[in-house]
Amino acid sequence: MSTAPVWRDVARPYIAAFASRFLQMLQYRTAALAGFATQCWWGGIKVMVFAAFYGGTAIAGAATSMSLAQAITYTWLAQGLLVLMPWLGDPEVAQAVRTGAVAYDRLRPVDAYALWFARSAGWIAARVLPRVALMAAFAAVALPLAGLNDWAWQLPADVVAGLAFLLSAVLALLLSTAMVMLLNVAITAALNERGISAVATPVVIVLSGNLLPLALLPDAWQTALLLQPLAGLMDIPARLYFGQLVGWQALGALGIQVFWIAALVTLGRAAMGRTMRSLQVQGG
Amino acid sequence: MGSLPLFFRLVGASVSGQARYPASALMLTLGQFLGTGIEAIAVWALFHRFGDVQGWRIGEVALFYGLVNCMFALADALGRGFDVLGTEFLRTGTFDRLLLRPRPLALQLMGNDFRISRMGRLLQGVAMLAFATHQTGIVWTPATVAIALFALAGGVALFLGILVLQGTLSFWTVESLEIANVLTYGGVQAAQYPLALYARWFRRMLTFVVPLACVAYYPALAILGKADPLGAPEWTGIVSPVTGFMFLTAAFGVWRLGLRRYASTGS
Repeated sequence: MSTAPVWRDVARPYIAAFASRFLQMLQYRTAALAGFATQCWWGGIKVMVFAAFYGGTAIAGAATSMSLAQAITYTWLAQGLLVLMPWLGDPEVAQAVRTGAVAYDRLRPVDAYALWFARSAGWIAARVLPRVALMAAFAAVALPLAGLNDWAWQLPADVVAGLAFLLSAVLALLLSTAMVMLLNVAITAALNERGISAVATPVVIVLSGNLLPLALLPDAWQTALLLQPLAGLMDIPARLYFGQLVGWQALGALGIQVFWIAALVTLGRAAMGRTMRSLQVQGG
Repeated sequence: MGSLPLFFRLVGASVSGQARYPASALMLTLGQFLGTGIEAIAVWALFHRFGDVQGWRIGEVALFYGLVNCMFALADALGRGFDVLGTEFLRTGTFDRLLLRPRPLALQLMGNDFRISRMGRLLQGVAMLAFATHQTGIVWTPATVAIALFALAGGVALFLGILVLQGTLSFWTVESLEIANVLTYGGVQAAQYPLALYARWFRRMLTFVVPLACVAYYPALAILGKADPLGAPEWTGIVSPVTGFMFLTAAFGVWRLGLRRYASTGS
């Protein structure tokens, strides 16, 4: 007897939850396009600002481990991966809590945490993938064609760096989902998503490296910045992309991501268990 | 009741409504303060690593930053009604009710939802102005204060104009489209650095199409007593904020066109 079919049976509801949410979210094309235009504009401003700061003094280049071309590529990458950032809980979960539909989820013969996790991952992936693709088309293809090669999104350092980046990006998706799950649980407990995400957003944007590459923040903070959980969302994948981390360092960086995923999933499960026990669903 | 007292009555009602949920209002204000504060972190970190940029010091950039954030905070608090016009008024049919009232439409929309939380951004802007004063030793004489206030008024008008255009767009789309964020939040982002850093086509756009430079960059130069590296005459900053009002007037022109097209959703 092989164990594969058993495994597939166990995983099936979660895969279905992921796929259905993924397909559902792909319907929102106008929102994606509007967001895309905003991000191109945003990225363009950042690129010009970086160019000014890098170009200002000759010594400046020596003061940082990151070249201007890398900072520019990082900017486009960060714009493309913007919706990967976990500053919102999954609105569907918030709605389920408010309407009481969460009671159905409690009755299903599946693991509630895993089900929400799969759904939230689908929700994030479906928003990220089209935007990354559009951003790449704009910054890596259209900009060089328009003669703005200096502003373009460059290819990864080499094939290995590219593969390491892809692996790290998948881990970033899982990490982001684990954080969204914590937000989901917080929303379930507090019934108020606006306040929570208003405070979570700035923290996530700064510490993930989405605002500025973490390498450009003061040197004294670098170790702490790399070890904190949010670096795994954006900065670690980007460092792998540039080939700044190779060999054991690359494995270590992936290890940091895996560690935080495990830690946050454990925390999320425990928090969800506690919240669900005290959850009161009103009849209706 | 006259228009102005009515406006203040509306604003008062909106504010006291939000004050019923003090914790929520406080948290949103804090969120705005932090959310806008992260841009200050970016500016600071870049100056910390690279030093001055093309002869601009951090205190001077803080002046642009503070001015433009104060402008946008005020305009955003006033223009919220235009911002959510599509989702909250057109789609629900509430807009018809506003049209039936014998009071100016723009006034009703402006007083509709005066967000307390925008004070977070305003505080942030004021703090940056204080920092800029401390760093660069700006002398606040009656003349410079007058320039700053005029620039502020022009900037509020300009951002309000952008929000009016965004609202107008929803007469066609019935949605509140995120695309206007390019000009509102993106405008704040663009105007908080000196114009001289940008590429030429972008500078032209910020001067002649969406005159953000006219309400922030040129007046700030006049306040600093600094000559424009791009060679604009010295008096530019004293008169240029007027373009903000021109922009608002033009925006209301387009608004009336959109309004003529309006047919109720009928629900």
